[in-house]
Amino acid sequence: MHMQDVEISDLRRLTKVILDEYDYDFTNYAMSSFRRRIQRILELYKFGNVNMLIKRLKEDREFFDEFISEVTVNVTEMFRDPSFWRELRDHIIPNILLNHNTISIWHAGCSSGEEVFSMAILLREMKMLDKAKIIATDIDTSILDRARRGAYPIKNMDLNEKNYIRFQGSGKLSDYYKEENGKAMLDPSLVENVSWRQHDLVKGIVFNKFDLILCRNVMIYFNQNLQNEVLKKLHESLFKYGYLVIGSKESLIWCEIANKFIVVNNEEKIYKKIKD
Amino acid sequence: MGRFNVNNQYKAIVIGGSAGSFQGITKILSNLPDNFQLPIIMCLHRLKHVRNGFVEALSIKSIMEVTEPYDKQSVKRGKVYLAPANYHLSVELGQYFSLSTEEMVNNSRPSIDITLETCAYAYRQRLIGIILSGANKDGAMGMKRIKDRGGLTIAQDPAECMIDTMPKAAMALTEIDYTLKIEEIIQFLIELHKQYK
Repeated sequence: MHMQDVEISDLRRLTKVILDEYDYDFTNYAMSSFRRRIQRILELYKFGNVNMLIKRLKEDREFFDEFISEVTVNVTEMFRDPSFWRELRDHIIPNILLNHNTISIWHAGCSSGEEVFSMAILLREMKMLDKAKIIATDIDTSILDRARRGAYPIKNMDLNEKNYIRFQGSGKLSDYYKEENGKAMLDPSLVENVSWRQHDLVKGIVFNKFDLILCRNVMIYFNQNLQNEVLKKLHESLFKYGYLVIGSKESLIWCEIANKFIVVNNEEKIYKKIKD
Repeated sequence: MGRFNVNNQYKAIVIGGSAGSFQGITKILSNLPDNFQLPIIMCLHRLKHVRNGFVEALSIKSIMEVTEPYDKQSVKRGKVYLAPANYHLSVELGQYFSLSTEEMVNNSRPSIDITLETCAYAYRQRLIGIILSGANKDGAMGMKRIKDRGGLTIAQDPAECMIDTMPKAAMALTEIDYTLKIEEIIQFLIELHKQYK
């Protein structure tokens, strides 16, 4: 079985069923990666074709949670792009704290939580963790459970450690976890004040305002129309002069609300909201 | 008539390479005809956590500037693109790029199969796929997809490759239209260029 088996007409029927039955909208996901995700689900569950997947989705409502877990991409690392985290520590967060005593942060699309733990470690090393209010959201409830636990395969820690060293943290990454049954158990006190919530960027509402939003490598799974819509929500969710960070290979240049932001750091894709 | 049976039906060239391909790539890029029309989309295995340096190294010798595309950037004529470190690079219908951080494919991110397959889907018979030296089988399935959809397939001559696993894997899986040395690939591109005048 191969890619040729999933056609665009199949995907259209599938997204319509999901929208009608579950009120999640995948119509404007980027076609290439969405197609691969569906292909992967067909192989994983041994569905011979998309119709079998549609039938299962119609008949088995519990299966939908599994579907959401598999259709979303959950590959991430701690301190991904170390130079970004240095910039955050050395410039962005000190800048926010010039005018405030506290800092509110939203991790939009937090996946298994590596980025949230990275942020917590950074803030603890700055002695600012107590002053931070962090909300971490994802579309997938089961990945949020995993994020809350903060237990990562020990084999991933090699890469995470390398990133942390290049971030030039003040300690060792191993200061923040202990090894148990082949897992790295992150220190739970790092995230005791983090609020983990289920939230879908596509259909979800604007629920709060923040000083800093991280939405890195999330919108790459959307087409440009949807990126525009989501960026409007992210803009609305920022205080004036708040910061938005996207992935290192994403850009705001083409989006409709580009003029409401200025570029703070182009290399690290850090933007500042300057207009409501 | 030249040596190759080419015409101007093609809209893009996609190149995959891994271990031992860097020299060949720079040779090709430094010998491209001026005003070469077709976009060249390259997926080369590279260090996952070194973001900078590679594109600059390729640009130094290249006739045309080499850039790493941003997510949703359009594919433009006369440009050379390189898959960025630690992202898969796809081309969408409508001929623009999408990036993704999905699981590694063939132990690789970027995966050559992903770039080749999505190009085959977006360009169908209007695509030329070139597979170069490399130490694993990534790209073989992508070359098959290009052939299956009517595109043209070229493999670097295994005899010339530093490591021939990659072109050989493609040759085992699908029909390769031309098996060429780097020097001949350059001749091919020059002849191709003439078709667009």
